[in-house]
Amino acid sequence: MRNGSLLTVQDLRTHFFTGEGVVRAVDGVTLSVRPGETLGLVGESGCGKTVTALSILRLVPDPPGRIVGGTICFDGRDLLRLPEEEMRSIRGCAISMIFQEPMTSLNPVFTVGEQVAEGIRHHQKVSRREAWDRAVEVLRRVKIPDPARRAYEYPHQLSGGLRQRVMIAMALALGPRLLIADEPTTALDVTIQAQIIELLTGLQEEMQMAVILITHDLGVIAETADRVVVMYAGRVVEEASAEQLFETPLHPYTQGLLESLPKLEAGKRHRRLTAIPGLIPNLLDLPTGCKFAPRCPKVVGDCWPTEPDLREVRPGHWARCILA
Amino acid sequence: MRGYVLSRCGQAVPVLFGVTLITFLLTHVALGDPVRAMMGQRADPEVVARIRAEYGLDKPLWHRYALYMGKLLVGDLGYSYRQGRPVSATLAERLPATARLAVAAMVVALVLGMTAGIVAAVRHNTGVDLLMMTLSLLGISTPVFWLGMMLILLFAVSLGWFPISGYGDGAFGHLVLPALTLGALQAGYIARMTRSALLEVLRQEYVRTARAKGLKERVVILKHGLRNGILPILTLAGIGLGDLLVGAPLTETVFAWPGLGRLLVAAVGNRDLPVVLGATLLFALIFLAANLIVDLVYALVDPRVRLTE
Repeated sequence: MRNGSLLTVQDLRTHFFTGEGVVRAVDGVTLSVRPGETLGLVGESGCGKTVTALSILRLVPDPPGRIVGGTICFDGRDLLRLPEEEMRSIRGCAISMIFQEPMTSLNPVFTVGEQVAEGIRHHQKVSRREAWDRAVEVLRRVKIPDPARRAYEYPHQLSGGLRQRVMIAMALALGPRLLIADEPTTALDVTIQAQIIELLTGLQEEMQMAVILITHDLGVIAETADRVVVMYAGRVVEEASAEQLFETPLHPYTQGLLESLPKLEAGKRHRRLTAIPGLIPNLLDLPTGCKFAPRCPKVVGDCWPTEPDLREVRPGHWARCILA
Repeated sequence: MRGYVLSRCGQAVPVLFGVTLITFLLTHVALGDPVRAMMGQRADPEVVARIRAEYGLDKPLWHRYALYMGKLLVGDLGYSYRQGRPVSATLAERLPATARLAVAAMVVALVLGMTAGIVAAVRHNTGVDLLMMTLSLLGISTPVFWLGMMLILLFAVSLGWFPISGYGDGAFGHLVLPALTLGALQAGYIARMTRSALLEVLRQEYVRTARAKGLKERVVILKHGLRNGILPILTLAGIGLGDLLVGAPLTETVFAWPGLGRLLVAAVGNRDLPVVLGATLLFALIFLAANLIVDLVYALVDPRVRLTE
């Protein structure tokens, strides 16, 4: 299953050591990304999606967070064993990341041109002039109008959509092989969201890069992802191709997520939305068995004593549920 | 920009007016009779009265203030009772030494304070952090005159690295100990402010973005971190210049530094009212100018700051 992967995350455990106890934000996550493919990473807030992404880049704030176990293989090398300096040469170059909030993720006191050029200068040791020219070129590539002028502007002078384009330019400036996009459209207006997704998918095809798309928006996943990993309480609960997942979701949690999407059906205009009952569990105090059992509509007695393994229920379709 | 500077200069006028009024009242009420101070208690009353009339001290307070202000408006600060020279000439003669000392002390404060603050923030919650913060507390809480004397004892008397006191015609060696003494307090404040400002900034998402670009930690902290955290440090340094001026009389007295501070101390002792007034006014002017400069630098450092009148 994991052959020919660009990135293989195996049994990743990232824990946060807080005053109240150990928060197992990521607890045994395994996933892989093939070159050029889009992997959707889905789940509610707090399920460990972002921590997984930050772990891949080794950017988990330490303290309180620490990667306590697992391997992250990128291009045949275990990132967790690399010295910091080599890790730095990968960050922003072979693996880049886009963050959710383009306002707070851009430094307010530098021009956007400088913020794009800085990475180019750092990784490729080119002159200021050349780095700037290339930064303007990248800004043009992410379809920022009049990039030569815009490069001299500061983040607060740009709209949210343009800021996110700058973030994308920054991430793509050095042609990464893997792009991690963490909720890239969540903070944007709906109309801008579609443009940004379109831009991302276009650039992905052009540049032949793999993308990990982190989102809680299943609509975006349906449009863009090849494969989907569903996370719950720091674990993978289901993994399948996008088609399989939307056609026959196996885990009750995934089923709940899909049912909570608004649907437009003729003649049924006022159908109420189905919500998953209960709240995301407290990671300090998880049930011993299936972590979803307390909220699961299909829960049976066997769900409680031990946590089920992630099983391949059908070829390429994995689920962590005894009922699947 | 020019409009902003002009309007700020306009705002300084009432402030300076207030400074003259308060200083004038305080010096005339609190310092006592300058003629008695000059002549002694047993002087001939007739002579005293004559001198008093000569200096206009026999007139009511409001009248004297009006006369003083009338001259001030045309740039005349009056004559020193003691030296008989124009106050402006005395001030001009003393200003360079104090300016040298204040600038050197500010450099000391910024370099020591920011370095300590950065180190403490980067090594947050470690022994190094604790050490830096303890040192900064020492800097803040040590009295200036005591610190000055201790530095003289250690570095001048025992080790003999620096001269004990004096201006030394502007030699660098003479500047070191006074600048350290005067800068220590500000260094302490600046260290604490740098630490907390940087800790705040390093939590921001754009710092994570900078790390995600693969930048070196040094660049992340000094470029992305400090550039954003520097505004409160600048504000503090601007206000700190006022404290440097307050500290200058003590430091200058300990080190026999021929500056405005020592001039002021001596003038107060001699009841030399025109000099006290003139020096106070000059301190106020410097303080206002420093604050204006800080506000202008704000706009340079943070593009989001727009200067409006």
